[in-house]
Amino acid sequence: MPKVKHVSAKDCYVIVLVGTMKGAFVLRSNKARKKWDVGGPYSIGAPVYAMAFDQRQGRRRLWWAQQSFQWGTVLCSSDDYGKTVTEPTTYSVKFPVESQLTLKNIWQITPGRNDDPDTLYCGVEPAALFESHDAGKTWSPVEGLLNHPHRPKWQPGGGGLCLHTIVPDATNPKRMMIAISTAGAYRTDDGGATWQARNNGVRAEFMPDKYPEFGQCVHKVVQHSDRPERLFLQNHWGLYRSDDSGNSWKDIANGVPSDFGFCMAAHPHDPETVYIVPIESDQYRCTPEGKLRVYRTKNAGASWEPLTRGLPQKNAMETVLRDALATDTCDSAGVYFGTRSGKVYGSSDGGNSWKPIIEGLPAVVCVKAAWVGDDGTDSPRRRGGAEKKKAGKSKTIKSKAAGRSAPAKRKTASHARAAR
Amino acid sequence: MPITVRIPTYLASFAGDRNTLAIDGSPGTVSEVLSALWNNHPGLRDRIVDEQGAVRQHINIFVGDEAIRFADGLSTKVTADAEVLIVPAVSGG
Repeated sequence: MPKVKHVSAKDCYVIVLVGTMKGAFVLRSNKARKKWDVGGPYSIGAPVYAMAFDQRQGRRRLWWAQQSFQWGTVLCSSDDYGKTVTEPTTYSVKFPVESQLTLKNIWQITPGRNDDPDTLYCGVEPAALFESHDAGKTWSPVEGLLNHPHRPKWQPGGGGLCLHTIVPDATNPKRMMIAISTAGAYRTDDGGATWQARNNGVRAEFMPDKYPEFGQCVHKVVQHSDRPERLFLQNHWGLYRSDDSGNSWKDIANGVPSDFGFCMAAHPHDPETVYIVPIESDQYRCTPEGKLRVYRTKNAGASWEPLTRGLPQKNAMETVLRDALATDTCDSAGVYFGTRSGKVYGSSDGGNSWKPIIEGLPAVVCVKAAWVGDDGTDSPRRRGGAEKKKAGKSKTIKSKAAGRSAPAKRKTASHARAAR
Repeated sequence: MPITVRIPTYLASFAGDRNTLAIDGSPGTVSEVLSALWNNHPGLRDRIVDEQGAVRQHINIFVGDEAIRFADGLSTKVTADAEVLIVPAVSGG
């Protein structure tokens, strides 16, 4: 077993969470983001498809999903960057018996809106949305989606029938967009009671009807908080933008080498700027022409430019999966991605130049990034009045045992026995 | 005479760090042994069976030398002096 190392992040540091097929890692740097320290692996040997960092209300809480061939999937957390891991005694995310469903994996963990600080969401396989309103102690499925009339016709994609994308609307607390492979995008406007398919204009290349109401294989949807009615979508074939909250989608694959891809990330400050990593075809599924290129639009998809400085442009047959591209919220935006070949690259200048942060990891399936601080951003513009509160005054909230999800806190040394 | 249940190291951390557990009483089937096990060690349940109560796909349970998968499943009989083994299957990647 590898030796587990720990890092902790002071406020004003940047962390990058990396979920791999053999455990989770925490990368840490100061704001310059030139030198990185690596913590982990946590949940050694376990596929970790989902990670999240919740720093609302002064928390500094890591969440990740530990999957096991043998023991099922459990949601773990840590309030000290992995040094002490809380693995619930009884699993907190599980289907009710009457659903006749069994949890296969957790694909996404998303903290709720900042004004709803105890709410979190999980997207799982088979496709369902779970919510917690007590900061992750207890979870329940969102019934409106669990019992959706389309469910019997949803088909699994290559990764399974997974709900992998959760976009709580930046301004409307009743609105949320989710995406399922292979079902497409769905939106609720009533807090989850009802959900409508929102795939108008999105192509389903693999269906007889290329533009069905649902059944698209949407890979990722992103939104910028400054312009919440605008969404961007990376499809299984197809790159789209919506200017009406997902009611309709317009093709924006202008000048990309392939409109197939998995991942997509929004710039933290500029609602016109989005990043993707095009992949050549759904058969080959590697970067086109052996070149590892991130593509960036700075005009909402009217045109795209390849970002190559520091990235290999020969013999780079790489794949970046749907949750493996992320941005931080530094003033000079950090952009990060991980590959199935175990490399993590980072840019501290909005994608203009790149450097490898770490190589030789197991296959990367998840990358999340955060600037550590009470308001989650180092940007004076976005901090507004919160700037005076200043990070560093907050205290870490410890998990508490509650109800049937009473957690068992265990040191990582013993936790490492969860080897697969 | 209690029934002996042996569990792998990973699960022991949810059973007081013990790999060998004794089930008192006279449970007659594997299902009844497991129910008694959950009562004593609730952390074992979700790791051995799924939400529907089925033994997870990559876990094997033996009564003596007999895999319950090839016997009567959770209805497999357990005699008073039996040893029940819960073993992770050879799987992974």
